[in-house]
Amino acid sequence: MTSAAVQYNPTPAILPGKGGMRGALSDLFWRRPKLLLLLMLLPPVLWLGIVYIGSLFALLAQSFFSIDEFSGLINRQFTLKTYGDLFQPANLDIILRTVTMAALVTLASAIVAFPIAYYAARYAKGRWKALFYLGVMLPLWSSYLVKVYAWKLILAKEGILTWLFGKLGLSWLLDAWLSLPIVGGNSLSVSFTGTFIVFVYVWLPFMILPVQAALERVPGNLVEASSDLGASPGQTFRNVLFPLALPGIVAGSIFTFSLTLGDYIIPAIIGTSRLFIGQAVYSQQGTAGNIPLAAAFTVVPIVIMGFYLWGAKRMGAFDAL
Amino acid sequence: MRSDRGQRAPLGLKIAAACGLLFLHLPILLIFVYAFTTEEKSFVWPPPGLTTQWFAVTWNRPDVWQALSLSVRVAAISTAIALVLGTLCAAAVSQTRFFGRETISLLVILPIALPGIITGIALRSAFSLADIPFSFWTIVLGHATFCVVVVYNNAVARFRRTSGSMIEASMDLGADGFQTFRHVVLPNIATALLAGGMLAFALSFDEVIVTTFTAGQQQTVPIWMLEELIRPRQRPVTNVVAMVVVLVTLLPILFAYYLTRDGDQIAGSGK
Repeated sequence: MTSAAVQYNPTPAILPGKGGMRGALSDLFWRRPKLLLLLMLLPPVLWLGIVYIGSLFALLAQSFFSIDEFSGLINRQFTLKTYGDLFQPANLDIILRTVTMAALVTLASAIVAFPIAYYAARYAKGRWKALFYLGVMLPLWSSYLVKVYAWKLILAKEGILTWLFGKLGLSWLLDAWLSLPIVGGNSLSVSFTGTFIVFVYVWLPFMILPVQAALERVPGNLVEASSDLGASPGQTFRNVLFPLALPGIVAGSIFTFSLTLGDYIIPAIIGTSRLFIGQAVYSQQGTAGNIPLAAAFTVVPIVIMGFYLWGAKRMGAFDAL
Repeated sequence: MRSDRGQRAPLGLKIAAACGLLFLHLPILLIFVYAFTTEEKSFVWPPPGLTTQWFAVTWNRPDVWQALSLSVRVAAISTAIALVLGTLCAAAVSQTRFFGRETISLLVILPIALPGIITGIALRSAFSLADIPFSFWTIVLGHATFCVVVVYNNAVARFRRTSGSMIEASMDLGADGFQTFRHVVLPNIATALLAGGMLAFALSFDEVIVTTFTAGQQQTVPIWMLEELIRPRQRPVTNVVAMVVVLVTLLPILFAYYLTRDGDQIAGSGK
């Protein structure tokens, strides 16, 4: 027994350094975790900071330049003239049109999204729940252009929708709608109605997901309690479900609103010749060569979204994301 | 046990939800029918006849192949950059608390939160200010920037579920930092990275708005499609390409779902 105790050679509590370049580095990071943190953060922050924030500031700076109307050259001197140009009636029209469309699209996608989100959150179980999840994720992730293209096929004058209305004997209804002043047009694919439908379609999944997330957190017995206490389904919806789902709806509306404000491809492919903000930006920087005005135009959605996010934050929408 | 199990949904709700899902899926299915139509000049429905000849025609189109090759190369390199940057950022943000942490996560999310046209024109004006000519790398620069967020989101979610005590245990057992990363951290986050990488690939493969501003003369698949949408040259070829694009983006998404489904959104896990 005693000899064993003598033989016992305790290893030191502190291991010696590993030695070598790798060991030294490893030890250094262990002793100075801040250094490791800095090294980990440096590449992504440099990349995003230089490439992205740098570009944003370059853009912002350009909006304070102006264009010489005669030579078409950019005058690199600080001026607010370009922002003044935004308030010309034609440009104000574009802004108003885009914001109205964004608001209508947001409202419609909330209405279409709610039943899907509610069913998925409350009633779908097991296999069905997975199916609903994929049913929303697949359209969300499938190609944006292909979705727009599909609607071009659907809304074309000779397309499936006209055919369907004809089969149902409702052609008069379609014609009556298309002869209306603002929403109508030659065919659905060159009308605001078409633009509206495609916007709702493309952004709908962005609304469903946060609404579903908000509704998942509503205990089902709350709804039952409400009906036990004598509320009609309509009253339960108004006073219990809707207020609890509202943060989710607001969170979803951030996407639908922001995405509609910035899009220029959908109104160019399906819609009238009247411009939206995105198209105005695109044509100003491209064919017109007026980069300062294009830059000032992009500030509009940024400012609108800034106010929108501020309001949304006050309503607690970020907890539902 | 709550009292709300096993309830039936009201019929009206079922119909509304079903109609909503059909609204989301029928248009995409329609693309598959149009890829086989014999009609060349218009989008007439119902198709006058069905044929598979357009697949052969598309197969022999060099411009389609060029666009496809460019898209795949751009997506692969952007994904690789996004994987490195997104993982580093996620590791830093989730494992430690430091001043400015919120700002960093905002910085990562910003490129996808602001409308794409802003990212696009911002990059374009920066390129013109710095006299950088458009090339393959300007496209990659834009794509990698907004792909970081997808990898970041997936990695952060996984890091949150990975307990820090495993890393401590590994260190206590004598592994150095690199060994811990290789044998403990990496196996834990591998599937999340794979899923994030695939989503980033799909995002880059599909992106059109930023690309129109950063591409110059080169055509990725979405740019090629956009060109065909604005000035149609051969509609049947566009139909076939559209169908192929749906399939190409579908598979990574299904696979990414399969990899991450054991998370909190697992099917059938109660509320």
